[in-house]
Parts: sequence; C-alpha cells; structure tokens
Amino acid sequence: MKRVLHSWQGAVALVLCLVALTSLPLMAEDAPSPFGTGAIVMVFLLVAGAALVSFTKLSQPLLATILFVAAHLAVWLLLAGITGNEGKATLAFFLLVAACWLLAWRCVTVLSHISPKSGAGDTFLRLLIPAIFGAWILILWEAATRGAGIPFIILPPPSSIGARLVSSVPILWADVQQTIFKAVLFGYVVGCASGFVVAILADRIAFLRRGLLPIGNMVSALPIIGVAPIMVMWFGFDWQSKAAVVIIMTFFPMLVNTVAGLGASGAMERDLMRSYASDYWQTLIKLRLPAAMPFIFNALKINSTLALIGAIVAEFFGTPIVGMGFRISTEIGRMNVDMVWAEIAVAALIGSVFYGVVALGERATTFWHPSNRGG
Amino acid sequence: MNNAPSSVVSAKKLGLTFETSDGPVHALSNVDLTVNKGDFVSFIGPSGCGKTTFLRVIADLEKATAGEITVNGMTPEEARKSRSYGYVFQAPALYPWRTIEKNIALPLEIMGYSAADRKARIERTLDLVNLAGFGKKYPWQLSGGMQQRASIARALAFDADLLLMDEPFGALDEIVRDHLNEQLLKLWARTQKTICFVTHSIPEAVYLSTRIVVMSPRPGRVTDVIESTLPKERPLEIRETPEFLEIAHRVREGLRAGHSYEE
Repeated sequence: MKRVLHSWQGAVALVLCLVALTSLPLMAEDAPSPFGTGAIVMVFLLVAGAALVSFTKLSQPLLATILFVAAHLAVWLLLAGITGNEGKATLAFFLLVAACWLLAWRCVTVLSHISPKSGAGDTFLRLLIPAIFGAWILILWEAATRGAGIPFIILPPPSSIGARLVSSVPILWADVQQTIFKAVLFGYVVGCASGFVVAILADRIAFLRRGLLPIGNMVSALPIIGVAPIMVMWFGFDWQSKAAVVIIMTFFPMLVNTVAGLGASGAMERDLMRSYASDYWQTLIKLRLPAAMPFIFNALKINSTLALIGAIVAEFFGTPIVGMGFRISTEIGRMNVDMVWAEIAVAALIGSVFYGVVALGERATTFWHPSNRGG
Repeated sequence: MNNAPSSVVSAKKLGLTFETSDGPVHALSNVDLTVNKGDFVSFIGPSGCGKTTFLRVIADLEKATAGEITVNGMTPEEARKSRSYGYVFQAPALYPWRTIEKNIALPLEIMGYSAADRKARIERTLDLVNLAGFGKKYPWQLSGGMQQRASIARALAFDADLLLMDEPFGALDEIVRDHLNEQLLKLWARTQKTICFVTHSIPEAVYLSTRIVVMSPRPGRVTDVIESTLPKERPLEIRETPEFLEIAHRVREGLRAGHSYEE
C-alpha cells in the first residue's frame, strides 16, 4: 500500500485507465478512421503495465527507462490515431493522454532522485529532465488542438508549426539575417557601447552626472518602443531605423547600470588605490570597472531581450518585404498563423542563444562574485 | 627640512575637526608626536579617540585642519604621491577578481615595476608572510588570517619604509592573532621598516611596540607616550614576565586617566 501511495501518479493513471475502459471508444461514432482494436489494446497494456511497474522496487534507472518508453510509445500511438479524426476525440482519449502524462511525470520524478556519479551522466540528466518537461507541453498542446479540433486560426498544433518551419527555412533565414544580424546586432553593439562610454564621461564630468543621469533613470523606465514609427520616418524603411530603435532602447539601461556599477567599489578599496597614488584611469581599470562588471552584465542581459523586442516591433511600422517583424505582421493578416508561430519559435531560439552567450561571458568575467563562486 | 633625518613622522599641535550637521567633532586636537626611523609605535585608546584618524592623516586619506605634520620631511600629500608608505586596513581589502599574487602585484603595476621585478617581489613577500604556494589562490579561497597576511604582503611589496597598520588583526581570533603578532615582529626585525600600528588590545600593543601612544576621546588627544623597556627579541612567553605586566599596567592607567572626566 505504501508503494502504491509512493507512486501516486501510477495509481491515478490506473484509475484513469479503468474509467477510460468504461467509456470507450476513443473516437466519436462518426469518426472516419477509428482506432483498430490492436492499437487500443496496446495502449491499455502499455499504460496499465507501466503503472503497475512503477509500484515495484526495480532499480531507478531501469524503472525510469520503462516509464519513459511506455509513456511516450502510448501517447505516440494515441496522437497517430488522431490523423483523419481531427476534433472527434472522446473523453476516453483524453483520459488516456492524461494517464500517459502522469506516467511521464512519474518518470521525471524518478529521474530527479537519481544522483549520477559521473559528470557526463549529471549533464545528461540535467538536459533530459527539462527536455521531457518541454516535450510534454508540446504533446498536450498537440493532443488538445487536434483531438478537440481547436480552430487553426486560434492555435495551430505544434506539428504543423514544425512542418511550416522546416518548409520555410529560406524565408526564415532571410528574415533572421535582416532582423537579427543587421538591426539587432548593430543596434545592440552601438547602444551598449555608447551607454558605457557616456557612463564613463558622466563619471568624469559633473554636469553630465547631475543633468543626464536623472533623465537616464526616467527614460529607462519608459516604453521607448513608442518611438519606433518616428525612427522609421527619420531613417527610412530599411534596417537602419530598426537599429536606431534598438540603440535608443539599449542605451539607457547600460548607462544607468554602468554608473551604478562604477559606484559599487568599497571605500576601503578606493582608499587603497589612493594610498598607491593611483591616477584616475588606473583606479578605473584596476578597481572600478572590475567591480562594476556584475552591473554591466546585468545591463547586457536586459538589453539582449530589449534589442530583440525593439527590432521586431519596429518592423511592424514599415519595412522592406523581409524581416521577422514584417513576416509576423503580414502573415497574421493572411491568416497564416503557423508561419507567425514559426517566426516566434525562431525568435525564441535566437533570444535564448543570445542570452546564453551573454550569461556565459558573465560567468567567465564575474566568477569571483559571491553569487557565482559555487558554480 | 628642519627635521632630524631620523624622524619619519613629525606632528606639531595637529588638529582635525569634522564639520557635521550636529556641529563640529574634534577628532584630533593638539597632537604632538614624533616617530623615528625603525620605531614600532602603537596607538591605543577607546573608539573615537582619533587613533585611526591620526593614521589616516599620515597617509593623506584625511586632511588636518590645524597644526603641522610632515612625513619623511614632506607634507602627507607629497609623501603619498612619492609612495612612501604601505597601508594595511582593518579588512584585507583584497580584490576578489585577482589571485593572491595578482593582488600583491597591484601596487607594483600601478607604480610601474617591471614584470621580472614584480615576479621576484611577489615571491619574496609571499615568503615573508609564510604564504609561499598560495599565490595562485583567490582571496575567497583562503582563511581570514591568510587573507590579512596577503594584504600585509601587498603593503610590503614596494619600497616604502613606513608601514601604517590600522587594527589589522582586529577581526581575527586570539590564537591566529598571537601567531600573526609573532610573525609581524620577526618581519619588522628583518625588514627594518618603521611601523605605526593602531589597536585596542593592550597586550598586543605592549608585545609589539617600542613606543606606545595612549590616546583618549572627545577631543581625540595623546595622553601618554610609554617607551617600552622590553628587549627587541620577544618570544610570546614574554607576556608573562613582570616587566611586560608593568608596562601593560601603565598603559591601562593611561587609558583610565583619559576616561576620568566621564562617569
């Protein structure tokens, strides 16, 4: 009894199986190509079998493997069965999907309790657990959209987004070149660099510090994206106007953070530099900039997200016929929602890579900071 | 240049008043003191007696508002700009992004020593404070006592004959402190530096010093200067000798006298 309670996901999956058994079939009466008996039996055997196995005392890696295979094979059979029967799924179908999901949950729980000896095994688990988690978001999304027949315009299933992504690689690549490699990168580099330089100037020159900084603090809290149409008027339709939006959006966070960082070194550390008769630039390079690095990287991370938002949204206000923002705004007008989602997926991927690169740079530069020392 | 060549620090009627919103605070008033070359002078007194302030005036980290002070025959500012002292703070103040040897190299880089010279000096000073082999570690990988020793090494790395130490062992436990005191004396004997040392521990002051300057607060002033009669060679056990206890007693009396106008 204790083991059954321990694997409560398995227990609930069994109950769901029984309820599903009483409310067969899996598809409505008028479904054009209902499930074959073999497939149904197979799904029930997989789910019930894995649920029963989860109560046993098998070794954790073996148990996790069995659960992983059974849950995903069963749900794959279920999803494959929807083809031709879109929108005809019954309660029994969703109960079985839920049972598979519970088994996958159990699998992740078991995996989370494994502490591997080797570094490679640890890395594998660290990647596998979020991968299963992410995959199930897509599986449930797929089952819900296709099984219940949610209109394509409202939410296309991930499978058709994926198909659209694969078939439109040349278009997507051209959009990425236009938006990311031109507008975002140029704007990000120029915006961050000029914010940094002005921060140093403000540190040196009192009137800048007292005049510009309060304004900088105010502006960095504004939704600057609103200036996008004006930038299009000023700099034309091509990527230059988008880069201008990105520069304006990234400049102020960098300015404000760098100035805060330059003030972050301790009084004693500065006295130490004074006792060495160190000049302004020596103190800046050897003490104040290293101490400011956590702040500067904070700005770089904030700006990596802001730059992407800025460039994409700015393209809504006029572009040549290429670019991620352009594609999103025109394809939604043509009801090609899957293309919009494909662009969103690409943007999400690039945003994660961008952020990841900056975060790696941060780990390498501020390894000494108390928040990073452990890792 | 009317100072005798042997005087390293010479203060005459020195005063320092901080203007605060609650009115002026007399951190130092009428301080007359001479520190000679090769002296080990301790400054002792309760909090607020101006002992740290006096050290900071020598170091040109604070400006005196009255009287005169010379350091190596120069104004404190000139002395600071000619890099004539090393300062050890209450905390190690090591830069966490630099390894121990890079921390020791910091003043050497600023002062423009050559790379080869830097390397030799790092090795020598690490040896001097018994940290050989720890040069590649980061400060946060070492214990508090080791960090403070590294900060002493940093102050010894360049050619300054004057070492200013502001309660360098105040944050350490008694056992580590005894050990570091012993090492500091050996180091002083070997390097022949002049040391000004701020503390509020009577045994520490008596054990280390050739002269003990007793100070008292409100206004911060010198109430007694005690010449130590202890020999230069001082094992830790010397602290149980009658001679040591006699000097400690005098220091305690001096401190009590400074407090007598309070309740």
